[in-house]
Amino acid sequence: MISAIKSVINKFLKNIFKKKKDIKLGLYGPPNGGKTTLANRICKDWLGEDMGAVSSIAHETREITIKEQISIKSKGKELSFNLVDTPGIATRIDYEDFVRAGMKEKHAKLRAKEATKGIIDAIKWLDEMDAVVIVLDATKDPYTQVNITIVGNLQARDIPVLIVANKSDLKKADIKRVQAAYPQYSVIGISAKYGHGVEEFYEALFDLVD
Amino acid sequence: MVTFQFVPYHEIEELGSARRVKKLLDIVKDEKIVLMQGRLKREEEADLIAISMEEIGDKFKGIELAVIYPQEKGTSGVKKLRNNFFNMLLGDRQGLTIVGPASIVKEIKKDPNKIELYTQEKNSKRKKRR
Repeated sequence: MISAIKSVINKFLKNIFKKKKDIKLGLYGPPNGGKTTLANRICKDWLGEDMGAVSSIAHETREITIKEQISIKSKGKELSFNLVDTPGIATRIDYEDFVRAGMKEKHAKLRAKEATKGIIDAIKWLDEMDAVVIVLDATKDPYTQVNITIVGNLQARDIPVLIVANKSDLKKADIKRVQAAYPQYSVIGISAKYGHGVEEFYEALFDLVD
Repeated sequence: MVTFQFVPYHEIEELGSARRVKKLLDIVKDEKIVLMQGRLKREEEADLIAISMEEIGDKFKGIELAVIYPQEKGTSGVKKLRNNFFNMLLGDRQGLTIVGPASIVKEIKKDPNKIELYTQEKNSKRKKRR
């Protein structure tokens, strides 16, 4: 009860002191779901430039990256936000996985160390977000504990959530399964890589943040 | 050989969040799989992941985590309200939390009332049903 009252007061104070242009929109999810690919898509569409590097090897993004003042327009409306791309959240990091993916041991160990720090930062930053897009790989099991923990923590903090089922271009993608796993949220199927479904995604962002 | 250690809820209910997480992590770092009655708070689950990351080194590779929780489908509103009230007062004793060391547990799959735990050794598969 006390935490519920605290949450209402915090939300109220946040709304009083925050200007709309300061909205922080976070991209969260497990590694290799396509967060940075989606961030690049958004930045290319609205700023004409990329945000970060992408790779098929997990944990390519190991630091919080922020792109400020992105303005998107749709149907006469305009929405401005700071886009926060976060490292993928995982419960295990083994440098040997990177070695198996072709990296040298020294680099693999460094990548593992940076990845663990990135995960800690991503979790710490949950409190800073005004709205979050959870980016899931639609070809993978949506019921993993990492996904459930991310959703649960956002719910506990009263942070609005939109779920993106990414990689809809792949044969194995199952958008309906993701929708069935999280029926309480809007789930949009997209291919961030090829731009499929991004118009619907931008529309959903207005509903999420406004 | 794989060792499971049962942690009844009364062993953690008096502990603060940090000590709860530490207690579970200490067992996992001792290469045992925790079967805990009930579940952690959502923020404690995130803390468990974050603190596991801080502990990662040459020996410890992180954790595998799964929570199975009774489905509330078909439960009446009054019953849900009552359950929430008791959970708030007494802690959430429903369900089961499983935490294992990543060096031993390869994967935990949920379905959602059944758990499949795959160990690293010879890819042997153990099943637990609820």
